[in-house]
Amino acid sequence: MADVNRGNRPLSPHLTIYRPQINSMMSILHRITGVGMSLAFFLIVWWLLAASTGEEYFDTANWVLTSWIGILILVGSCFALWYHFCNGIRHLIWDTGRGLEIEQVKKSGVVTFGIAGFLTLLTIVVAVRGA
Amino acid sequence: MQFQTDRNRVQGLGSAKEGVGHWWTTRITSVALVPLTLLFIFPFVNTLGGGYEAVFDTYGHPLNAIIAILFIGVSAHHLMQGVQVVIEDYVPNKGIRTGALLANTLICWALGLTGVFAIAKIAFTA
Repeated sequence: MADVNRGNRPLSPHLTIYRPQINSMMSILHRITGVGMSLAFFLIVWWLLAASTGEEYFDTANWVLTSWIGILILVGSCFALWYHFCNGIRHLIWDTGRGLEIEQVKKSGVVTFGIAGFLTLLTIVVAVRGA
Repeated sequence: MQFQTDRNRVQGLGSAKEGVGHWWTTRITSVALVPLTLLFIFPFVNTLGGGYEAVFDTYGHPLNAIIAILFIGVSAHHLMQGVQVVIEDYVPNKGIRTGALLANTLICWALGLTGVFAIAKIAFTA
């Protein structure tokens, strides 16, 4: 380690000239969905707080969550949740040292999108049936 | 060829402080969130469009309330750790970074505990 020349070497990867690939895109999407869900988390906590406060306040919060923009946020967050959920499990499997070959990574990436999409549709069906 | 020793190169840069503690806690919370998410989301979305009474019907049940409390609490911690890493990666200015990390910690704890309190109150008054 003593002769490693730090500071003069080119930095990698060069994000601006890098061709988008499923593995790098899914990596950044994991972060985007994770941070993005903070908005829905805030809304859900607010909705629960409103319900615990009283019916009048609940109606206000419930109106916001079930308005078109509220539904847009919740449906988007629903996919974000299941994507982050499935990709998180993929990460946990990687942590055991399994599935790290490039072909396996590409295949598990496609499976992740498939299961996340299915769970999103299932959640929307349950939500619509309950409404 | 550099003639600095490893010790000399890192001196004054500060300690790593906590080893793998942060990484490992993120794994523990993510493993916990696998069953908690599955158990929380479906009763939650089923309740969402049902109005005021439906909220008390769902979270008046101890099992639903306990699952919701665990989900909100563990999620808040997992969110806090995730956003912390994102801030550390993308905010180079030390002052802004420290402020953002402070805000993140305070907001996540406040959100988590508020959610836990709200569910508990709903459960006890239902």
